[in-house]
Amino acid sequence: MNKRFSWFNATSLTLGFAFLYLPILILIIYSFNESKLVTVWAGFSTKWYGVLLHDQAYLDAVKITLKVAVVSSTVATILGTMAAWVLVRAGRFPGRTLFSGMIYAPLVVPDVITGLSLLLLFIAMGLDRGVGTIILAHTTFSMCYVSVVVSSRLVSFDMSLEEAALDLGCSPFDAFRSVTLPIIAPAVISGWLLSFTLSLDDLVISSFASGPSATTLPMKIFSQVRLGLNPEVNALSTIMIAIVTIGVVTSSVLTKRASVRRQRQEQAALAQG
Amino acid sequence: MNSTPAVATDVFAPWEDPGATPLIRFDHVTKRFGSFTAIDDLSLDIYEREFFALLGPSGCGKTTLMRMLAGFETPTEGLITLGGQDLAGVPPNRRPVNMMFQSYALFPHLTVADNIAFGLKRSDMAKSEIAGRVDEMLALVQLSKFASRKPHQISGGQRQRVALARALAKAPKLLLLDEPLAALDKKLREETQFELMDIQEKLGTTFVIVTHDQEEAMTVASRVAVMDHGRLVQVATPEVIYEQPNSRYVADFIGDVNLIEGRVLECTGGKCRISWAEGVDPVTAIASETLNKGDSCCIAVRPEKLAISAQRPPDAVNALSGKVLDIGYLGNISTYHVGMPGGRVLKVQVANHNRLARRPFTWDDEVWISFTETAAVVLTS
Repeated sequence: MNKRFSWFNATSLTLGFAFLYLPILILIIYSFNESKLVTVWAGFSTKWYGVLLHDQAYLDAVKITLKVAVVSSTVATILGTMAAWVLVRAGRFPGRTLFSGMIYAPLVVPDVITGLSLLLLFIAMGLDRGVGTIILAHTTFSMCYVSVVVSSRLVSFDMSLEEAALDLGCSPFDAFRSVTLPIIAPAVISGWLLSFTLSLDDLVISSFASGPSATTLPMKIFSQVRLGLNPEVNALSTIMIAIVTIGVVTSSVLTKRASVRRQRQEQAALAQG
Repeated sequence: MNSTPAVATDVFAPWEDPGATPLIRFDHVTKRFGSFTAIDDLSLDIYEREFFALLGPSGCGKTTLMRMLAGFETPTEGLITLGGQDLAGVPPNRRPVNMMFQSYALFPHLTVADNIAFGLKRSDMAKSEIAGRVDEMLALVQLSKFASRKPHQISGGQRQRVALARALAKAPKLLLLDEPLAALDKKLREETQFELMDIQEKLGTTFVIVTHDQEEAMTVASRVAVMDHGRLVQVATPEVIYEQPNSRYVADFIGDVNLIEGRVLECTGGKCRISWAEGVDPVTAIASETLNKGDSCCIAVRPEKLAISAQRPPDAVNALSGKVLDIGYLGNISTYHVGMPGGRVLKVQVANHNRLARRPFTWDDEVWISFTETAAVVLTS
């Protein structure tokens, strides 16, 4: 690696990061704007955060969004893990290729198509559209992501660990619960976090699947923006960015610390032979 | 070799006792994976307290045979019984068999003690007794100090011992060891071989070990089964496998050997005279079967059973003259490659009793190679 400083590197780095983060930075700055107009700076204020906290429509949307995200990512994690296990472990069975193809298909199918087909299904089934149907829809698409994450972990999982558990007296389910699951837990958790995030910011599929009774936060923001920009939206977005940032930083610090500790212990084990 | 019958009272040899009942019996077992036959109509008896080695190159079916005992594979045809009980349809978790895996398969999220207790917690052992049993197993493998460590906090050799303790904790009738020492370095492996033998002797558990390392099999096992292409080529004690191989394959697979192709001149009383090249004296070797004049055969003789000298030893039954082509010095022994008339090269191993400076032969010396008639074995297959 060439580690010397060069103007070319510095410029491309600055431009790249500016491209990525300038919009977000502007959004954060304007969330502290005194003025009601989004594009005019009129001094520092936190009043929009106060307004936000008393806006029942927003608070309801947040509540629905969190509920949908928690329930759908939990169900998706269970189903996706099961699907991954079958794909990796069950070996060859008739239709395996078709099954694995079908599980990954929603990853590449445009959201609009997924949303539309779900809408048609819900109408055909006579389901009342609302929070329930949004949860179903989110579960459907996040399940694929979970199964991708978990199956990539299972592929490198030492099969003999499960066999050892069976050999020591576990039933197949007990072996999965007491050996496989604890070991693949990090992948399962990141699958859950991934589907949580996906559910949190999904707009298209939610719009198709929801009814008049249920509005998620992205839907709320999107409809608000169409009526005209509002500093309240900036404040809300800033809060979401803060939450996500804290989450990402905490988890990466914890992971880093765990791996450093593990490495040190492994070295100690080697040293004492 | 041992023409005297084995005495059952002081030698452990249940396989020579026709009245003994085997612990494990493979009865015409065949295992196919699709069109590939991994085990081909194999029958084998293994007795209680045996340390039995399945030896062969990779792909010979030894691991499949072991996995059928553990219950991870089911035979396509044939019957496997353990202590008289048919094992068909018995899942791995209900077999009185435990296995030590090649990768050790220690559970990374559990401590050493919890790894050892894992099987006990799933047995009908009372909760109060489990801790005692775990301590006992830790003491057996000398790891008491490491009970609360996680597997990644101990060394490779210690992991191997945890795996052994975990597999032995439930006091299985049969312990299966899948290449147990393959991951250890040479020195540790040799030490561990003797430890394994001590533990097996102390517990009296039947051990079945799968290995591709012939030295390991010879060291630890009471009997060795040499396998090739899903079949047993020879099942015998290490001494018999080494001294009286029944085929070129076994002779060649175990240790170093000189194989000389030839034709039978005459065969009487278990001894054959064999001509192997034009204008050279025929050699005499022992044969386990009577061969007809003119039969083609092969003489197997181990390099260390050949003697090398400057003059023809006057009383030697078999003596051949040749020229030293190469000398390999290995410290404790030297290997001489001696060229015979007709281009054949024989390997001769000589223990280095003297310092290297006093080595009697050097490159291009004319030498005589001699061996007794019992040193060479006639092979027909």
